[in-house]
Amino acid sequence: MTNSWTDIRNTDLVVIMGGNAAEAHPCGFKWVTEAKANRGAKLIVVDPRFTRSASVADFYAPIRQGSDIAFLLGVMNHCITNDKVQWDYVKAFTNAAFIVKDGFEYKDGLFTGYDETKRDYDKSTWNYAIGDDGYAVVDDTLTNPRCVWNLLKAHISIYTPEMVERICGTPKEKFLKVAEMISECSTPTKTMTSMYALGWTQHSKGSQNIRSMAMLQLILGNIGVRGGGMNALRGHSNIQGLTDVGLMSNLLPGYMTLPNEKEVDFDTYMSTRGFKPLRPNQMSYWQNYRKFFVSFLKSMWGPAATPENHFAYDWLPKLDVPGYDVLRAFELMNQGKMTGYICQGFNPLLAAPNRTKLTASLSKLKFLVTMDPLDTETSRFWENHGEFNDVDSSQIQTEVYQLPSTCFAEDEGSLTNSGRWLQWHWPGGTAPGEAKTDNWIMAQIYTRLRDLYRKEGGAFPDPIVNLDWSYADPGEPTAEELAKELNGKALAPVMDPTDPTKVVVEAGKLVPSFAALRDDGSTTSGCWIYSGCFNENGNNMARRDTSDPDETGAYLKWAFSWPVNRRILYNRASADLNGKAWDPSRKLIEWDGQKWSGYDVPDIAPTAKPQDVGPFIMNAEGVSRLFVVGMMRDGPFPSHYEPFESPVTNLIAPRIRGNPVARVFKGDFAQFAEPASQEFPYAATSYRLTEHFHYWTKHVWVNAVLQPEFFVEISEELAKEKGIVKGGWVRVWSKRGSIKAKAVVTKRIKPLICDGKPVHVVGIPLHWGFTGAAKKGFGPNSLTPFVGDANIETPEYKAFLVNIEPIAGPVA
Amino acid sequence: MNMELSRRQFLAATGAGVAGTALGAFGFGEIEAAHAQAIRAFKLVNTTETRNTCPYCSVACGIIMYSKGDLKKGEKAEIVHIEGDTDHPTNRGTLCPKGAALLDFVKAETRLKYPMVRKPGSDKFERVSWNDALDRIARLMKDDRDGNFVQKNNDGVTVNRWTTTGFLAASATTNETAFATYKVVRSAGMLVFDNQARV
Repeated sequence: MTNSWTDIRNTDLVVIMGGNAAEAHPCGFKWVTEAKANRGAKLIVVDPRFTRSASVADFYAPIRQGSDIAFLLGVMNHCITNDKVQWDYVKAFTNAAFIVKDGFEYKDGLFTGYDETKRDYDKSTWNYAIGDDGYAVVDDTLTNPRCVWNLLKAHISIYTPEMVERICGTPKEKFLKVAEMISECSTPTKTMTSMYALGWTQHSKGSQNIRSMAMLQLILGNIGVRGGGMNALRGHSNIQGLTDVGLMSNLLPGYMTLPNEKEVDFDTYMSTRGFKPLRPNQMSYWQNYRKFFVSFLKSMWGPAATPENHFAYDWLPKLDVPGYDVLRAFELMNQGKMTGYICQGFNPLLAAPNRTKLTASLSKLKFLVTMDPLDTETSRFWENHGEFNDVDSSQIQTEVYQLPSTCFAEDEGSLTNSGRWLQWHWPGGTAPGEAKTDNWIMAQIYTRLRDLYRKEGGAFPDPIVNLDWSYADPGEPTAEELAKELNGKALAPVMDPTDPTKVVVEAGKLVPSFAALRDDGSTTSGCWIYSGCFNENGNNMARRDTSDPDETGAYLKWAFSWPVNRRILYNRASADLNGKAWDPSRKLIEWDGQKWSGYDVPDIAPTAKPQDVGPFIMNAEGVSRLFVVGMMRDGPFPSHYEPFESPVTNLIAPRIRGNPVARVFKGDFAQFAEPASQEFPYAATSYRLTEHFHYWTKHVWVNAVLQPEFFVEISEELAKEKGIVKGGWVRVWSKRGSIKAKAVVTKRIKPLICDGKPVHVVGIPLHWGFTGAAKKGFGPNSLTPFVGDANIETPEYKAFLVNIEPIAGPVA
Repeated sequence: MNMELSRRQFLAATGAGVAGTALGAFGFGEIEAAHAQAIRAFKLVNTTETRNTCPYCSVACGIIMYSKGDLKKGEKAEIVHIEGDTDHPTNRGTLCPKGAALLDFVKAETRLKYPMVRKPGSDKFERVSWNDALDRIARLMKDDRDGNFVQKNNDGVTVNRWTTTGFLAASATTNETAFATYKVVRSAGMLVFDNQARV
């Protein structure tokens, strides 16, 4: 989230699209209710189903899953055509005026540079024209036909209300009502918030779904302001933290990136990470990359990371592919190219797509280790559970270790919520049996591995035996020790860059924030964006002061929010070009002629003059990007693509199937149903229920009672067509698998009319498996396709094709 | 931990006395004693309060756990009640149907208690000691790493990667565990590394 849960109280309009907060985030949704009750805010819900969120909305519009980009670009088109744009914001704070290089164009669903065999683009034209002064060329009058604004207008002009209706199945008048409500937020005194979740991410173009809304929010001037923002409602309690700390194939902590094998040495790696400002005076904060990177390497390898060995740069593994995400991992397993897999509290057998492939893959491993407080299906993938896990144990040679870990109630440390608050928690109970903390388990594995390398030698032991593991008890580092490591400390006195005689941080002290980090090896910091979480003031994540001056919802003294306790990202953009709040009733920070101050930690240098320095300090341009340079694999603008399995062909680019640059492994393509398939005619989607959390609460007696049994949801129309009765049994199958369920026949789902033809939606909740207290059941992932988002490989769970038929139920 | 006047102290100081005092003022002294005796002791008296956050979704509602026994005093502690933390700015004491049932998660029958091993081809789990399990896991990892670690690629570039054993991190471990995990996984050269962010 750019903002926080408690900030939602400040909004005028909530758009829930790509999520269902009332169902999946009930206690956070309370702030929507507060905004409605206290400010007269309105709520719009756009979803294939009439959800719990929709049931309390002021307006609901149906949409076919996987068509969000067409809808959002349609809204953007409506705003621009009707002059509903916050012009001062767009001109000053976005790259609307930037001139795009000659050669860039969009045609027939593709941008310049597409290579069909590589399923990738040559992105060299997707860039700004650079002037003789080395800066990007801009046209503040927005008249140049090659400026971003004019290219954007042309790009989205095809998304008329009529086209939106044909693609999305949203009746034109409903679409227009939504577009009008949203467009009213283009005034500086009206703000909209976007609350989205996995309904947007779990598509082969998930990243562009989100970009579409972010662009719309920029055009309306809603980023950086109270009650506005792009608010990703993360699905799990610390998935924000796990990502911040970089636990992904291609990441280093704090959104730095792991080197690839073309970055043969430290200098080559840094050469593409200079972040030279693209406009005069801009902060381009990533210019500090080297400080964060070196401080991280010092946290890893301590005294063994020296200037002479480039702080052990070579000890980081180098990527040969963009990333070894979970899909690639299972693909490699299935090809027999992996030996072992260690699952720390994750249940991929149920949570990853195409279960048949997953089972085959796990069966080819030599060993599997699971760490979990609960008895997961993954740890028992080899065990026969009849039709719910139909395997022959004797044919599976995988050696499996199931390690019992503590749960939240028995463990100490911090979790980062959606709003980037790091909150500390304490253990209150003794763990059952021999269950151990994850810190203990990881330390025990590490020290054993290290000792084996010390004793026996082996393949390149250096990074293992030299890892800085100087904890009081190497067998179990404490949460406090690790938190201090994440924060970082001075190894030598850190001097003031403007006054070399002045010591900023004494040697041995924790750094106050990442501003004190240096690139000469004199500081450490495990994760620079977390710096400040545990400094010489103490554990800031444990703070519990609920004061909130003027009730802005900031709660600056509650816990710690990254970065540097900032509660609203880009908050400089809440003020105009002179540093005065766009909306005086929603003041956040303001410029007093000397410095920035207000209710939040300024997201700008405190003395940066408002006319000179742009608010988007992480971008080399200083402004936000309606046109993105280089970073998105599938285009600088979003474009409508159908899901890989779609009930219709792509109306605007009929020859293109799915996202043209999404990675598809050999063999998986053959397992996709054809577009507009006769064999698999129905559009399926997956979702959560409020009574359950993922695959955990089926182990909890109360929740197993509340929602005991797996079901699928269909419309009355489809039920009639197929002869399915309410509560009757059905079989649902895709090209990859088949499941049985009870049918919930509901008015909550209606057939959509897309380009004149009806599309029926089949809703499939997750939550069931073959262990736990609830009845055994299936989930959507026996059916889902093995393909991910083109940029970050989030699987396409939200839009795929199935067939359905009534069956006789099991004998009771 | 910053602890305000706890609910228990507050009740001891005020609530329990109010009804009795009022009756006493009307001259029912003996009734006061009898009445006090008839009231069941507040069930959370003599429990230890610990602040925590809900482990499910990312709203991160504040919760208070009540346990018999105090871990800080080195005692065994059994959690007997969990409720929303009314001081928490986000949830203000409320919990959803999942958070309200957290005690049953802590005490779920399918909580794991002992390390188990399933041998190749077997159809059952068997108990194994922590020591044996961890020694064996370290051995399996080292053998695979020694056999498949790639120090240089075909172009002679130092790549120091290990792609035949993978690590899947979770979604609810602490940031501190995450960093410990990061250090162990990356120092070994592992690239097959992901978390639950995508699902």
